[in-house]
Amino acid sequence: MSFTTRSPWLIHYDGSSCNGCDIEVLACLTPMYDIERFGIIHTGNPKHADIFLVTGSVNEQNAPVIKQIYGEMLEPKVVIAVGICAASGGVFRRCYNVMGGIDKVIPVDVYVPGCAARPEAIIDGVVKGLEILERKREDVERSRKEGPK
Amino acid sequence: MELFQIISPVCYVVLAPLLGILLAGSDRVITARMQRRKGPPVLQPYYDVRKLMSKERSTVNGVQEFYVLCSLIFMVVTGIMFFAGGNLLLVVFTLTLSAVLLLVAAFSSNSPYAHIGAERELYLIMAYEPMVLFTAIGLYVFSGSFDVYDIATGGTMPILYLLGIFAGLVFILTMKLRKSPFDLGSSHHAHQELVKGTTTEFSGRTLAMVEVMHWYENIFLLGLVALFFFDGTLLGYALGTALCILVYVFEVLIDNSFARMKWQTALKSAWLVALVLGVGNIAVLFAFGG
Amino acid sequence: MLFLILFPVLAAVVLLLTRNEKARSIIVMASAATVAIASILLAATYYGQGLVLFDVGIQSITPLMFAAEMVLAAVLFYLGIRYKKYPASILAVIQAALVAWFEYGIGHDIHATNDLYIDGLSSIMVLIIGVIGSLIVVYAIGYMRNSRHHNPEEKDRGPWFFFLMFVFMSAMFGIVLSNNLVWLLFFWEITTICSFLLIGYTKTEKAINNSFRALTMNLLGGIGFAVAVIVIGYDLGIVEMDRLLEMGAAGAAVMLPVGLLAFAGIVKSAQMPFQSWLLGAMVAPTPVSALLHSSTMVKAGVFIVIKMSPLLGMNSAGVMVMLVGGITFLLASMAAVSQSNAKRVLAYSTVANLGLIVACAGVGTDEAVWAAIMLMIFHAATKSLLFQCVGTAQHNIGSGDIEDMDGMFSKMPRLAGLMIIGLVGMFLAPFGMLISKWAAMASFVDAENIILITCVCFGSAVTVFYWGKWLGKMVAVVAGRENIEKGVERHEWFSTGTLACLAVALCVLFPVVSDHVIVPTVQTMFGTVSVAVSSSNLYIMSAMMVLMLLLPLLFFRKNKKETKHIYMCGVNTGNNLSFTGSMGREVSVSIRNRYMQDWFGEKRVGGIGMYVTAGMIVMIIAYSVYIWAGGAV
Repeated sequence: MSFTTRSPWLIHYDGSSCNGCDIEVLACLTPMYDIERFGIIHTGNPKHADIFLVTGSVNEQNAPVIKQIYGEMLEPKVVIAVGICAASGGVFRRCYNVMGGIDKVIPVDVYVPGCAARPEAIIDGVVKGLEILERKREDVERSRKEGPK
Repeated sequence: MELFQIISPVCYVVLAPLLGILLAGSDRVITARMQRRKGPPVLQPYYDVRKLMSKERSTVNGVQEFYVLCSLIFMVVTGIMFFAGGNLLLVVFTLTLSAVLLLVAAFSSNSPYAHIGAERELYLIMAYEPMVLFTAIGLYVFSGSFDVYDIATGGTMPILYLLGIFAGLVFILTMKLRKSPFDLGSSHHAHQELVKGTTTEFSGRTLAMVEVMHWYENIFLLGLVALFFFDGTLLGYALGTALCILVYVFEVLIDNSFARMKWQTALKSAWLVALVLGVGNIAVLFAFGG
Repeated sequence: MLFLILFPVLAAVVLLLTRNEKARSIIVMASAATVAIASILLAATYYGQGLVLFDVGIQSITPLMFAAEMVLAAVLFYLGIRYKKYPASILAVIQAALVAWFEYGIGHDIHATNDLYIDGLSSIMVLIIGVIGSLIVVYAIGYMRNSRHHNPEEKDRGPWFFFLMFVFMSAMFGIVLSNNLVWLLFFWEITTICSFLLIGYTKTEKAINNSFRALTMNLLGGIGFAVAVIVIGYDLGIVEMDRLLEMGAAGAAVMLPVGLLAFAGIVKSAQMPFQSWLLGAMVAPTPVSALLHSSTMVKAGVFIVIKMSPLLGMNSAGVMVMLVGGITFLLASMAAVSQSNAKRVLAYSTVANLGLIVACAGVGTDEAVWAAIMLMIFHAATKSLLFQCVGTAQHNIGSGDIEDMDGMFSKMPRLAGLMIIGLVGMFLAPFGMLISKWAAMASFVDAENIILITCVCFGSAVTVFYWGKWLGKMVAVVAGRENIEKGVERHEWFSTGTLACLAVALCVLFPVVSDHVIVPTVQTMFGTVSVAVSSSNLYIMSAMMVLMLLLPLLFFRKNKKETKHIYMCGVNTGNNLSFTGSMGREVSVSIRNRYMQDWFGEKRVGGIGMYVTAGMIVMIIAYSVYIWAGGAV
């Protein structure tokens, strides 16, 4: 295991949602689940984060915000869509302003199902994300060794 | 120059990161236990920094990383001078230089969050600086020398005469260690109000340098605390080492039992402490002829 | 030596008669260069010789000075009446009367053998005035041309301006080289009048008001000086500085005159409660401010106090000087926090630093005076640098407000670089100001003076704050700013650049400066020298300075990194200057510093300072008079 997977810092963004998944993400921080065990820090700053955790769906207004936050994160990075709204728009998908799931604007690596997603499922999703993060890190390393294109 | 004065700074340069990692790691574990959590591994800070080093290279402008590098270098210089037994005031001034360089790095980004963090950090510098100076002056009045070496081998424990100053130092240590209630500028925990304050615009390697700087800084600060117990005997050194760790644990406890306060409170209380404990103690020393 | 005093006057007269602008700038540069070279030669010639006295041997000079003094008093009287500033007129008359009384009462009976002298301190002052003063005059050529460019309808009063600048320099040389106190008083008054005329140069209502405030206060100080000369004359029968110091050291009762001379110095160096004249002086063109703050006028004030320092210490005059200095340092630093106008911040910082110098001189130990002289040298170099930078910035960005210096680093990178050197030089290790402050602190501790220790510790903390936030403004890299540096005159570049190099070089050469210049000076003044900062520490500082200079070279080799936006909650519009607000509106970002008006507001701090220091001065002078008049303790 590399250091990247031992110290995943995550940033959480809540789109159009009922805030259910939002609350469950915060529940992961509580003594009950204690995600800091895995070295996870819940940071509010995209520049420090490795994992972009999005709950809720994308709408016309927050699409550029999600794109920008994603853009400000440093490679390697993964995106985890938590809850059914983040995956596909969920019950909101027919709303006039909702564009759908997160993958409409940025590439998503892991989908965590549920309405709301349970903390166990979220943690599981993050652990899945770590594998992908590790693969991406190797890619970054390789491209760095090969030199700039 | 004694052999000790060469070995000890070399040890500092090599060992401080190691001890710094353990200190920061135990800090996080103890904090977690106080909150009834398991917490991360003790080596977590090391993993964090290694991860940051492996991230993509990116910055917000061309000069920021340079300022941070300077800040790190002068932090190490501070520690080297301290552990080589150098002049305490010189050490304090170099420490300030390092702190200001970090702020310059934050200011240079012209980012609103970094600016707020840096400005608050400036408030903190203004708040703790008098007490830091009084600490140096107090130790001088006590031992007749500004040189750390002379103070450490003085034969009497400074704490016996400098209780007030010691208490004042512990008070402002909360600011220097970036602990609640005075973690106004930046802190290790996510606080949405600030994003990350001073460190908002640092990322990847730059942020890693900041972390390494904190390791060096923390070990130096503990050294300063331990100095109050050094009297040239082995017992003194042992006592100093033990008690500086105890002080750190105390700071962690304070960190976990207070909410963040406003800068006004920080400034007022720190100046009051400096005025009462710092000036008071020195005045007493003058009155009774050291 | 006489050349230094007389040559600037000659240059001044020639300049007054030169109407052509080209010719004028050539004459100014040539004379400035001559003055600088002459002062370096003078200092080099008498280097290491301790105190050297001179007998000029021309008896007619003193009456000539007296006549000139009377004429000037009459002019001041007239000006005071004309602008309805009666206090100035009254003070001018009182002073003239005092001088006349001295001249006709006892002046004839006292013969001064040695009218001029030079020693280490004078040499240092000569170098400060000659080198830094000349650089400022060169800067002024470009500045005044630029200034006229901005207000073309104004009449060209350049001849008058440069006339005053050179007369000012001449008078300063006179002050630092005169051993005869009557001569010293004459030159003292000339600087007062020159600064009065230079402050009022723009002839706006504010300028006239402020110039009269400066005049009134300095005349008050001048009266103190005149009374001191009379008392010395009547009591001791001498008019020479060296004999005054000798007799004082031998135990003669000189507390009253020394206190009065120190009082004159306190006024001239704008200590509280007299700080307002220096702040008011900001209405003058920037080169004048630079000159007043760095190499002349206020330096004359601290010069006389340092000169008196062997007689100060734990006596009434010494206590007055050290407490006024210490309190001024603390309060003026605090007041600087609340200012956003760059020149006012600089002015308060000058007042504060002079306060520290005055406090050191008041302590009157050899190590404190070492610190005082160090401070004086570094302050002169750094402060003139900063003033010139601010002046240039003001012309090019159209404002002297720190908040308007947003993005200077992108707009005028070279100027910002110079300004950063100046700012950092004022408050950070390993620059000279900080080392001197350190020495001052150590000497206060050695003197076991708890009040001064408190003042200097809290004052330093505040100092870090106000310079820090200005520095933060300067280093900010703001996107999308055009480089507008082309309009800067080359005279300004030359002068400012030289000062920056000087400031850095002085820091690198710190140990040399200390060992070969300041230590011998203190040696002649006190007979002993102890330096609070050991030479090994000075070498460490010097090494740190070199490290600081080398670091950029090591770092900026290749810098290929991706640049990201600054974080604005994901709604940065992409140019780092604005974000998308509610309803999709673009809101531009502006970052402002806090000025803590309710904590360190000028009125609040100034008020406290006024009562405390004024009370102290009045009490101690009254006490000295009481003792002098024969009262028992």
